[in-house]
Amino acid sequence: MVPFFAYVGAFLLLPSAAVLVGAFRDPEGHWTLRYIAAIFEGQYLRAFLNSVEISAVTALGGGIFGFLVAYAAVTGGPRWVRPALTTFSGVAANFAGVPLAFAFIATLGTTGLITQLLRSLFGLDLYAHGFTLFSFTGLSLTYLYFQLPLMILIITPAIDGMRREWWEAAANLGATDLQYWRYIGLPVLLPSLLGAMVLLFGNAFAAYATPYALTSGVVNLVTMQIGNVLQGNVLSDPQLGQALAVGMIVVISFSMSLYTFLQRRTARWLR
Amino acid sequence: MAYLEIVGIRKTFGEVVALDEVTLSIERGEFFTLLGPSGCGKTTLLRIVAGFETPDRGSVQLEGEEITEVPPNRRNMGMVFQAYSLFPNMTAEENVEFGLRVRGWPAAERARRVAELFDLIGLSAARKRYPFQLSGGEQQRVALARALAIEPKVLLLDEPLSALDAKIRVQLREEIRAIQKRLGITTLYVTHDQEEAMAISDRVAVLSHGRIEQIGPPAEIYENPLTPFVASFVGTMNRLEGTVQDGREGLVNYRGIQLRVNAARGRDPGTRVFVFIRPEVVEVRLVGEGDGLKGRIFSQSFMGPVTRLRIALDQGGELIADIPSARAKALTMGMEVIATFPPDAAGILNI
Repeated sequence: MVPFFAYVGAFLLLPSAAVLVGAFRDPEGHWTLRYIAAIFEGQYLRAFLNSVEISAVTALGGGIFGFLVAYAAVTGGPRWVRPALTTFSGVAANFAGVPLAFAFIATLGTTGLITQLLRSLFGLDLYAHGFTLFSFTGLSLTYLYFQLPLMILIITPAIDGMRREWWEAAANLGATDLQYWRYIGLPVLLPSLLGAMVLLFGNAFAAYATPYALTSGVVNLVTMQIGNVLQGNVLSDPQLGQALAVGMIVVISFSMSLYTFLQRRTARWLR
Repeated sequence: MAYLEIVGIRKTFGEVVALDEVTLSIERGEFFTLLGPSGCGKTTLLRIVAGFETPDRGSVQLEGEEITEVPPNRRNMGMVFQAYSLFPNMTAEENVEFGLRVRGWPAAERARRVAELFDLIGLSAARKRYPFQLSGGEQQRVALARALAIEPKVLLLDEPLSALDAKIRVQLREEIRAIQKRLGITTLYVTHDQEEAMAISDRVAVLSHGRIEQIGPPAEIYENPLTPFVASFVGTMNRLEGTVQDGREGLVNYRGIQLRVNAARGRDPGTRVFVFIRPEVVEVRLVGEGDGLKGRIFSQSFMGPVTRLRIALDQGGELIADIPSARAKALTMGMEVIATFPPDAAGILNI
């Protein structure tokens, strides 16, 4: 256990403690609530709302579609589909940051391949219809590229754990497919689905390189704001950065607590 | 017409023929067992009856009605699986209640029926427990109650005891039989365990390679196997290959030794036959105490009340004999002995 605690201490507890203390002290070392108060105001509050919104939307979207794709691959289709999907998901889930942003700009940017194809083949100008890759929608779409495969990777073992006998027993007792999913399938999968979606939420909430590269840091997310105040391009304010980081810890802790609460409510039957 | 008719069922999986022209008739209230080794098609047949598989050819009829194409949730059959089939997110009570709930039974009726079934399986104290809090035997009891709750027309059991330990298996199979008799429910049971099949069935169908080898009451199957496969699969059987010498006297020549076998009467001299002898009918004497098959004991296994001897015959081949353990004490490894059997206790089949 010593290596474990040494690892957790060095890479989780110590940095968290340093951030927590730093958020409550000014450059002169006096205790203050000024920085914490600042994150509840103006652009910083907006950044939190934006980050929570994009994380929730992509966790939900990626979660639902990822589950459906994984379920289809596990329960049906030719044999080669599943290993192919798993391999692709393994790669795609880790394909983020500058390469991902570039890939999306090259396909869905103003002069991207698909944008141009749609324009020349069907006369459809995405950007004239209000779409832009550099908006909330565009960013969500880009996030989904790694959220969806991550969901596939996480949820597949849970789907594997669903026993064929449960469906057969339910059908045998007179249940329709809908009744099976309502009373057995979804309740059994719910703890795993919730857990996976919390992970997806955290994954999106902490994303930095992808939104930075895609929007040149213009989009107002917490990670962008932390980057701004630490880099000092506009103003250098490490204490505010630490306060924002404390805010992120609180949001993630809250989502984890919510998950634990829901998990206890939905999985009393687990060992 | 019988209560449940299975007519000319053929089922293939790719190149593999799982069932080949299987025809069966099961009477109302009968406990009917499909017995066979792994891969013989018994579970496939049960799943066709349940509606989880569709046959390539043939039909299933229940009370005179064609049900081959009826989906499983409209067949009104209760099924108990090998193991782990209880819904893990529901308590034992909720599992049993499930079928009634999806059928729209009123709450009071459901509660009455569930209480009745927990009484029947003797598990009233475990009603509120989740499956993971139940032992394997308790889980299978609950699965049985769940299948019975809907008052099914046929109860289907797919090797329900195979995941349990030996003692529980024997106890539970007796309980299943007692409940079946009490309710008078038509039951189709699948097992690879011939002892289990013999112990609880009204009739047994022995399957091999997708075909029925023999159908009959357990005693008939055991005493008069109709095929070499049945003879070797059901219980332990000695098989001696010989030639009918005298059809009137019932004499068979086995490698130069004359064996008296009543079942050989009426057969033409020169016919090549298998003589089947159960180990428990073989008598073993010391050399000099009469005529018979002479040989040497090369293996002795204590099995409780009986001891199994393996005798290497002087003529070649071997013979298995189960003799009372008290008598076996006088016989030691390597000892020369004479083995005999009553002429009316051996079966015979043409090769």
